[in-house]
Amino acid sequence: MSAATLLLVVIWCSVTAYALLAGADFGAGIWDLLAGSGPDARRRRALMEHVIGPVWEANHVWLIFVLVLLWTCFPPVFSAVASTLWVPLMLVALGVIGRGAAFAFRKAVANRAFGVTFAVSSLVTPFFLGAMAGAIASDRVPPGIAAGAVLGSWLNPSSLLTGALAVSACAFLAAVYLTGDAHRAALHTGEPSKPATDDHPDVGWFRRRALASGVLTGALSLAGLLVTRADAPALYHGLTHRAWLLVVASAAAGLAALVLVAARRYLAARAAAGLAVAAIVWGWGIARYPQLLPGMPVDQAHALPATLHATAIAVAAGLVLLVPSLALLLALFQRDRA
Amino acid sequence: MVLAVADIAPRSQMGFSLGWHIVLACLGVGLPALVLFAEWRGLRTGDPVYRLLARRWARALGVLFAVGAVSGTILSFEMGQLWSGLMDHYGSVIGLPFAIEGFAFFIEAIFLGIYLYGWDRLSPRTHLLAGLPIVVAGVLSAFFVVTANAWMNSPQGFVERNGKVVAVDPWKAIFNKATWPETTHMLLAAIMVTGFVTASVYAVAMLRGRNDAYHRLGLRLALGLGALAAPVQVVVGDWAARYVAEDQPIKLAAMEGLFRTGSHADLSIGGVYLGDSLRGALHIPSGLSLLVHFNADGVITGLSTVPAALRPPVAIVHLAFDTMVGLGFGLLALGAWFGWTAWLRHRLPRTRWFLRAVAVSGLAAVVAMEAGWIVTEVGRQPWVVYGLLKTSAAVNPAPGVGWGLPVLLAVYALLTVVLVAVLRRMTRDIPVPVAPQEADAERYAVV
Ligand code: HDD
Ligand code: HEM
Ligand code: HEM
Repeated sequence: MSAATLLLVVIWCSVTAYALLAGADFGAGIWDLLAGSGPDARRRRALMEHVIGPVWEANHVWLIFVLVLLWTCFPPVFSAVASTLWVPLMLVALGVIGRGAAFAFRKAVANRAFGVTFAVSSLVTPFFLGAMAGAIASDRVPPGIAAGAVLGSWLNPSSLLTGALAVSACAFLAAVYLTGDAHRAALHTGEPSKPATDDHPDVGWFRRRALASGVLTGALSLAGLLVTRADAPALYHGLTHRAWLLVVASAAAGLAALVLVAARRYLAARAAAGLAVAAIVWGWGIARYPQLLPGMPVDQAHALPATLHATAIAVAAGLVLLVPSLALLLALFQRDRA
Repeated sequence: MVLAVADIAPRSQMGFSLGWHIVLACLGVGLPALVLFAEWRGLRTGDPVYRLLARRWARALGVLFAVGAVSGTILSFEMGQLWSGLMDHYGSVIGLPFAIEGFAFFIEAIFLGIYLYGWDRLSPRTHLLAGLPIVVAGVLSAFFVVTANAWMNSPQGFVERNGKVVAVDPWKAIFNKATWPETTHMLLAAIMVTGFVTASVYAVAMLRGRNDAYHRLGLRLALGLGALAAPVQVVVGDWAARYVAEDQPIKLAAMEGLFRTGSHADLSIGGVYLGDSLRGALHIPSGLSLLVHFNADGVITGLSTVPAALRPPVAIVHLAFDTMVGLGFGLLALGAWFGWTAWLRHRLPRTRWFLRAVAVSGLAAVVAMEAGWIVTEVGRQPWVVYGLLKTSAAVNPAPGVGWGLPVLLAVYALLTVVLVAVLRRMTRDIPVPVAPQEADAERYAVV
């Protein structure tokens, strides 16, 4: 494997990590928006805040990591994407500011306005990130600086549908993860006389939402395939030929996640839900490889070999530090969340 | 001095968002060290005042870090959104430090999570240890991002042919000539900003009558940090100026408002640069030649050696430079006053003027730091990469990009107001007891 392909794989793994980890944090914000009011809602919001509090900043760094690797290893791709798609990028920026700042402020000082800002920007950010992904996937970002349409590139059926899909996938991931968390919280706080923790209203609340958002995500994915067929033929061809196995795997894992949630197997459901989302991300990547942008395959987009080698070494060294640190963080706060 | 009007909005946007982020970044570098020091002293001495200080600072750090992280993310978007030309052309050369910085951010964010949320779960020693990576990673992330800026001042480590980069030595690009003076100067600036800003919070409270052990200790620790860094900073600033004299003579000429090349160049303080001459400045005869070459006969290059189109806006650069140096010496004097009294009399100076001076020192440190960046960045104009790439050629030509500026200004104005309000509310919602006890420290929740 060439250094460029290796680094592309690293970038794609990071995209996957961002989707699975930060995606769930956004999803929690979306459920925060829809949690309603009253003491039950307050308890559910507190659970979500408790779960994402220690990890959201680390999860957010995956996005930064993707960006810096992209501009180091594939500079023309980064500059083409960021210049053509500057409008949705700006909207993502506003979402990032609103989400991060409001979350931190809300913890420090209780105020409704912070809660609303946090929740709304948790919805906006994945939508526009998804729309950007749709723009790239449907070949609307040509190589060159600001070479694509400023508005048309992301205001089109593929982009809007991908945006909606991203939102719904985030909500699905979060609901599945949170069902497990609520179950565990109920185990810890449940009265000994009532061991059937699934009767806890929060577990049921999240479980119903996991099922509903799972069905929605599946439906949007199917719709996406149809839209792609008309709107992004190259992607459709890739998805139905080279990457068909991943498309099928995603559908199967998604169905499995629904069944597992229904069967109250929350840990396994998490894995299946994560797999379903990861398979979509990799399906897209494999469907289009080696094309990064229309007419720009990997071997025309990568940086000079010396940069790639230095970056690969830096990434390898960095991972040696990163992986145990990340494991420590997750182990510390997964074990006794409640 | 020809400034293309078309790129004024994106340039202001970049300058503004960097200038905003850098204040939080400075606190992100310096505050963890201060918190850890207080926590460590609290552990060693068992003094509840130290322990309460550590907890309260840590809580503020959590909020500041989150806002620093989001404003930093905006910068990484802007690198492509606004400066696509720069990234397209030189991304290959200056990408590596950012990639390494990415790991530093991970380590920072991960251990900040562990540190803040683990306060009451980890053993005191483990907890203290969990804080160390935050300090190290904070310093490293500031170091690496500034190497990218140093490279823009002193582009090295690549070969260009027919306007295309054909070979790179990324390590040489990172460790270029400007790297050591710039990064050292920046890290010290971060320490000074943290020290003086934190101290000024306590000075204001003490001016309002809160003259208790808690406030005195908070002021002493923070001001001590700033006072230690201030003299070193003046020496390092001199080093930075020597680097500029050698490598970017036109920037030095702009800093000093020097038009004509020659020996016996004066050091000029103050004044306004208008129509190719500096008016109303205080001149120290041969001062500049002496400072740069240790010799009055030393020749200094003037602005007249390059066409007007290749000169930076001199008036701004000169004013910014004088502001930074003046404030630098002012902060040095304040630190000396504090140190002198502490050393001889083991107490703080008694006059209210001391507290008043400390109260404004935080703002002064921030202004000095911003002025320094104006010297560096505006002094490099019209180049974004010195001598190689003009700013006007680096900007994203997409229609409507200029709209980003007003949107960002509005959002950041709101964010500033809310951030200050939240920090003030945090201190007031749980007031500091007059004589903190063990239980006050234990009960104060960091998150
Ligand atoms: C607390 C902040 C602070 C203080 C007190 C000073 N500086 Fe500074 N200065 C900075 C904060 C700063 C900075 C913001 O950190 C800069 C911008 C870029 C850099 O590397 O540091 C800077 C840049 C900068 C440059 C331009 C470097 C370049 O373009 O590469 C010079 C020549 C000096 N400084 C010189 C000085 C001198 C002689 C000082 C003596 C008092 C001084 N500074 C105090
Ligand atoms: C954080 C402190 C910094 C401040 C306050 C600052 C300030 C500024 C200002 C005022 C400008 C506009 C100059 C003009 O148009 O006349 C500018 C431009 C720019 N800066 Fe900086 N800067 C900082 C650090 C950095 C760093 C660390 C980098 C890169 C790694 C950087 C990259 C740029 C770029 C790409 C431009 C646009 C081109 C230009 O106008 O020179 N800056 N900055
Ligand atoms: C001299 C200028 C800069 C310094 C010293 C600096 C330093 C730092 C530090 C210490 C942090 C840690 C978080 C905090 O407490 O705020 C941070 C955050 C960040 N900075 Fe900067 N930065 C500078 C400029 C830039 C530039 C030009 C970029 C653009 C690429 C950038 C991107 C980021 C990002 C993405 C984060 C968030 C990381 C996280 O989530 O922890 N910074 N910066």
